[in-house]
Amino acid sequence: MLAFILRRIFQSIIVLLVVGLVAFSMFTFVGDPIDNMLGQERTQADIERLRQQLGLDQPFVVQYWNFLQNAAQGNFGISYRQGRPVAEILMERAPATLELAAVSAFFAMTLGIGLGVFTAIRRDGIESNLIMGVSLIGVSLPTFLIGILLIYVFSVELDWLPSFGRGEVVDLGGWTTGFLTTSGLKALILPAITLGLYQMTLIMRLVRSEMLEVLRQDYIRFARARGLRERAVNFRHALKNTLVPVITVTGLQLGAIIAFAIITETVFQWPGVGLLFINAIQFVDIPVMAAYLMLISVMFVGINLIVDLLYFAIDPRLRVGKGKGH
Amino acid sequence: MSLTKHALMATTTLGLMAGAASAETLRWARAGDSLTLDPHAQNEGPTHTLAHQIYEPLLLRDTAGDLEGALATDWAVSPDDPNVWIFTLREGVTFHGGETFDAEDVIFSIERAQTPDSDMKELLNSIVEVRAGEGNTVEFVTDGPNPILPSNLTNLFMMDKGWAEANGAVKVQDVEGGETTFAASNTNGTGAYKLESREADVRTVLVQNENYWGMDQFPMDVTRIEITPIQNPATRVAALLSGEIDFSQDMPVQDLERVQGQEGLKIITAPQNRTIFFGLNVGDEDLANDDVEGANPFADVNVRKAMNMALNRDAIQQVVMRGQSEPTGIIIPPFVNGWTEAMDTPPEGDLEQARQLMVDAGYGDGFSIQLDCPNDRYINDEGICQAAVGMLSQIGVTVNLDAKPKAQHFPLISNGETDFYMLGWGVPTFDSEYVFNFLVHTRGDELGSWNNTRYSNPELDTKIEGLSSMTDLDARNAQIAEIWDTVQAETIYLPIHNQVLNWGLAEGIQTDVQPEDQPKIKYFAMN
Repeated sequence: MLAFILRRIFQSIIVLLVVGLVAFSMFTFVGDPIDNMLGQERTQADIERLRQQLGLDQPFVVQYWNFLQNAAQGNFGISYRQGRPVAEILMERAPATLELAAVSAFFAMTLGIGLGVFTAIRRDGIESNLIMGVSLIGVSLPTFLIGILLIYVFSVELDWLPSFGRGEVVDLGGWTTGFLTTSGLKALILPAITLGLYQMTLIMRLVRSEMLEVLRQDYIRFARARGLRERAVNFRHALKNTLVPVITVTGLQLGAIIAFAIITETVFQWPGVGLLFINAIQFVDIPVMAAYLMLISVMFVGINLIVDLLYFAIDPRLRVGKGKGH
Repeated sequence: MSLTKHALMATTTLGLMAGAASAETLRWARAGDSLTLDPHAQNEGPTHTLAHQIYEPLLLRDTAGDLEGALATDWAVSPDDPNVWIFTLREGVTFHGGETFDAEDVIFSIERAQTPDSDMKELLNSIVEVRAGEGNTVEFVTDGPNPILPSNLTNLFMMDKGWAEANGAVKVQDVEGGETTFAASNTNGTGAYKLESREADVRTVLVQNENYWGMDQFPMDVTRIEITPIQNPATRVAALLSGEIDFSQDMPVQDLERVQGQEGLKIITAPQNRTIFFGLNVGDEDLANDDVEGANPFADVNVRKAMNMALNRDAIQQVVMRGQSEPTGIIIPPFVNGWTEAMDTPPEGDLEQARQLMVDAGYGDGFSIQLDCPNDRYINDEGICQAAVGMLSQIGVTVNLDAKPKAQHFPLISNGETDFYMLGWGVPTFDSEYVFNFLVHTRGDELGSWNNTRYSNPELDTKIEGLSSMTDLDARNAQIAEIWDTVQAETIYLPIHNQVLNWGLAEGIQTDVQPEDQPKIKYFAMN
């Protein structure tokens, strides 16, 4: 087990280094930050001076090496756009994204598993078919369109929920939360649905098909024959055995929720790291882009690791297999 | 039925609440946020807009674009020395922290803005010295007579010397070098509003400065301002429609009708200080991005004239801009000194004439060329370029459009890597000299930095350089007219239109659109 973890961590570091290299090789294609940073009245000399000062005249490998050296000391540089330390900006923005992602994931998991089980048990009911039909919207409509539609219905037409922002937030020593105010909670609803809808449909469909598979198995039939209550059969015996693939997918999707919050955050002007990243791309704010990409890859690698470890916890067969020294 | 009724009631209640709140609070959205609170660190529109509420310059541009005294009440060239401008300072002005505003602060602020880390320094490079004059005046000594010096000071904000020294804010924030200083996150101005709180890119709250010197001179109806950047245009419009904001800049043209049609909202409009045009590489022997070997088709003025004629500006206005533009034949907007109605009129002529010009130039069969165009900088920029592709094909010019984000487009112009490109230009000094210096003068270390046409006319350069020290305004204007005659005859730029500014507002707010897109909330009246 320990060897396994160490090996995975070693692999993860290599993945991170490669991601950083690819990222730096691409920054030149995003554009040139110089014109964004200097005013309209800048001279040619200003441009040259700044390019040198920022080290942009160096090959990308050298830029990457400098970045790594500083990053290893915990220094992610200064944002070209805001003139503040990147680490500080990321820390400021992270709570917004993490809260949104947590709510979306919760929404996707509970509703996804619940509806998945429901549609599997009543596979021919009208409700099930209706839910399955409607869920197609979730997988087929692009996120920004869902967001705009929700804003149009719930903000413009019905005037129930805010169309942008996080509402009032409470600062808990460096962590700003929207969970403690009414406007903060209201502001969470539309972005969370927008962000989680795709994942919810995905989980629902996955749970449904796995459940249908499991419900056909002999031990379910025997359980029923033993006279166990329908509830116990469905949830204790059937659902539990569908969870391995669900956890894999959910884990990976959790990463996707955080990474792809970019679009949702842009539509709802949600002040998280995704919006920060979009701004950084438009401005060619290289330090912010680099730090964000590294952060996201650390997260994906971390989630993968956790998912692998969860297998051990949930599926005893894997543990036995390892124990026999395969 | 009950749902509808409920929704209706909710709308009414919210509407009433919004109405009551907006009597004092202005909730204001725009596409981008200020980059820093340091008033001299960045020379950029949205950054100045926020600074204008908190800090004040000596002079500013009112809603008509005319100069108005802010911290100066009077300004004139010294009767004894043409190289000296004398500014009489406003009496009884205090900073938010209670300090008195005086000549010392002016000297400090100008000198601060002249330091290498300031992005405002280029506008002040004619100033040799700033000194206290007699009584409550300040004298600006320039390296030669500079008739348009006041125009360069309209975004130059005054800071308190004592406050800056006490807080280590004497040095300008070196945004490029990655510095953050006290003045980048704290303010102490003389303006109508004080900073209450700020989260960059999220929300900035300002409250009225009750000791403002202009309390009785301006409406000052807004007591609290909440500024939120909303990047996505559709969300910005939705927020305005749902009554979550009262005032929006950067309104997308396709949604104007929708907002106009909504009860309780209105759109106000004015021409913007920004002209959109195409630049042509007229100077090089051969072009990199065309299919003509060994020659530069743009070097022939007939080709340039033919292309200028072929651009149907009215069609662009109607179709691409939905009426929200003013077609023009010159690359400056009407309020700039040197503009004339005659030059503003787009070129006469039809496609037949244009085709004939192409034949005369030896390009009767046409040629192909790449057009570089931004897609996130100007209003419907890519759409304009697409329209131009079709129009130019009618005279045989096959245009390959390459539209990119601004971060990739502008380096092409800076580095001279494009032969045919779109550019938009505003004139902060409201005088033609500024345009000549940047867009017409031969490209060099100081002047011509945005002239990517490779056009070089030494005779014209001499005339342009001469403008800065001409004190006889009539003679100066005559020289400006001469220069324009040459520029127009040479057709190195193909003007398209002046942009139109649209502000979306709650019905009860009365104000005019400022041509530089710099709203000053002290002018906003509520009823």
